[in-house]
Amino acid sequence: MDIKVNVRESEGDAYVVDLAGEIDVYTSPKVKDAITELIDQGHYNLVINLEKVRYIDSTGLGVLIGGLKRVREHGGSVNLVCTNPQIKKIFDITGLVKIFGIFDDEQSAMKALV
Amino acid sequence: MTMNAPEPEVQTLGSVELRIPARAEWVAVARLAAAAVGSRMRFSVDEIDDLKLAIAEACTNIIQRSEGIENIDLRWDAGPTELRITVSGDGRAPKLESVKGADDENKVGGLGIFLIRALMDTVEYEIDPQAGARLVMSKIVTQ
Repeated sequence: MDIKVNVRESEGDAYVVDLAGEIDVYTSPKVKDAITELIDQGHYNLVINLEKVRYIDSTGLGVLIGGLKRVREHGGSVNLVCTNPQIKKIFDITGLVKIFGIFDDEQSAMKALV
Repeated sequence: MTMNAPEPEVQTLGSVELRIPARAEWVAVARLAAAAVGSRMRFSVDEIDDLKLAIAEACTNIIQRSEGIENIDLRWDAGPTELRITVSGDGRAPKLESVKGADDENKVGGLGIFLIRALMDTVEYEIDPQAGARLVMSKIVTQ
């Protein structure tokens, strides 16, 4: 019932945000803060790693959508790493699978960054 | 000759009620309760995930869109073929202009209701100016 957030620099100016746990109305602000801080620092190419996320709802989706909107204003991109069918299902139902690049591994997600 | 033991009859739970403080940190408790109730009925693992998500979205919606709310009341009515869930707050509904949050948050609230409608078989959503928001949703047992 908590979320662990780890931010690390990757290739180029891309950053990876590793998330572990549950993203809901209580924990999503912590995710939002991490993404907002990266964007405020001028980092617009992000990979969000959802491999250890057990639960996400509309509050988590809203944070990701907000991040994507902001980085796109600067020509950046947000890609997701997710193979959990339970989590991917939420992106499918909401149509967000067409908005976000969702990849099976970090390497693929990084390669696909604009 | 082997005889298989008869499957234990699924017992109808009746009704389960839960009251949680209307604060974000308690929504996870509602999810756990939803999972526990769902597992007592013949819902699949995927369906139990749907129930958890729908409950969380309902609670989140009420927390974010009601004023003066202290508690959220949840009720699961387990029938032989259907689980009916009622989620209501004890606050007042917001006036339209005072709904908290920026445009993105309002859209997220809409996304929450959208998810509930996608995951549950029936959904009724009411906003009563006096009583606040109330959701009644149901999921049919398919197994």
